[in-house]
Amino acid sequence: MSTTASTAPEAGASDRAGASRRSGTFYRGDPGMWSWVAHRVTGVLTFFFLFVHVLDTALVRVSPNAYDEVIETYKTPFVNLLEVGLVGAVLYHALNGIRVILVDFWEKGPKYQRPMLWTTLGIWVLVMIPGTYFMLARTVSEMFGGGH
Amino acid sequence: MSESLTLDKPRSPRRPAARRNNFELYSWAFMRISGLALVILVLGHLFIMNILDGGVHRINFAFVAGRWSSPFWQFWDLAMLWLAQLHGGNGLRTIIDDYARKDTTRFWLKMLLYVAMAVILVLGTLVIFTFDPNITA
Repeated sequence: MSTTASTAPEAGASDRAGASRRSGTFYRGDPGMWSWVAHRVTGVLTFFFLFVHVLDTALVRVSPNAYDEVIETYKTPFVNLLEVGLVGAVLYHALNGIRVILVDFWEKGPKYQRPMLWTTLGIWVLVMIPGTYFMLARTVSEMFGGGH
Repeated sequence: MSESLTLDKPRSPRRPAARRNNFELYSWAFMRISGLALVILVLGHLFIMNILDGGVHRINFAFVAGRWSSPFWQFWDLAMLWLAQLHGGNGLRTIIDDYARKDTTRFWLKMLLYVAMAVILVLGTLVIFTFDPNITA
């Protein structure tokens, strides 16, 4: 059995249209589906980063210089921006993961899955605003403010 | 409805046992338990490394040496490594199962995944346990 959101054959389309879609019982195209898509995408991206990150950290067993040189690239403006993206991806994955657990185990979870999604996104924005500021403050001041 | 049902398992002459073991149940539970632990471990790690007190700009070899002089952070990083690798690996296994269309593709993608997981787990564990702050450049 696959959970892939594949394109359905047109024959099945008649079942999908109509009242069930309008009354909000249908999964396809629902914000709940997109939260699942985003969960997969952020999870895969994080996994690939983890692979690279363990390799770069392993350089501490080569020499302090080798490690410091690679870590310097993490402090360049472009990679610094990617770090904001990574933190954003992990934070979404964590918050939505908690939401998935609540849907699974909390008796009212399925009923409140949609408000919980909006709550998740709200917390995400509230954390990312100061988070982005602290992650980029030094890079921005060095690029545009002439250092400090 | 007086006649007994003669059509046992219609349209499926050979139907394999629905479940040979409970692996998928355990992996489902593992994703939720490890996920909760990783929320603390990974968000804490990201906060300390990227946001707190200058973030990534203060990280270098000496910073790592200072952290891994404490068994607490050694254990933190070891737990994070294993849980994240198994959690992420299990997630990718599910994704490969979902999207691979041919059995051979599915097999080789999973082999690639398992080899990558083994390399990262062994290498990462070794680095944490054999870290030498006085290593010569």
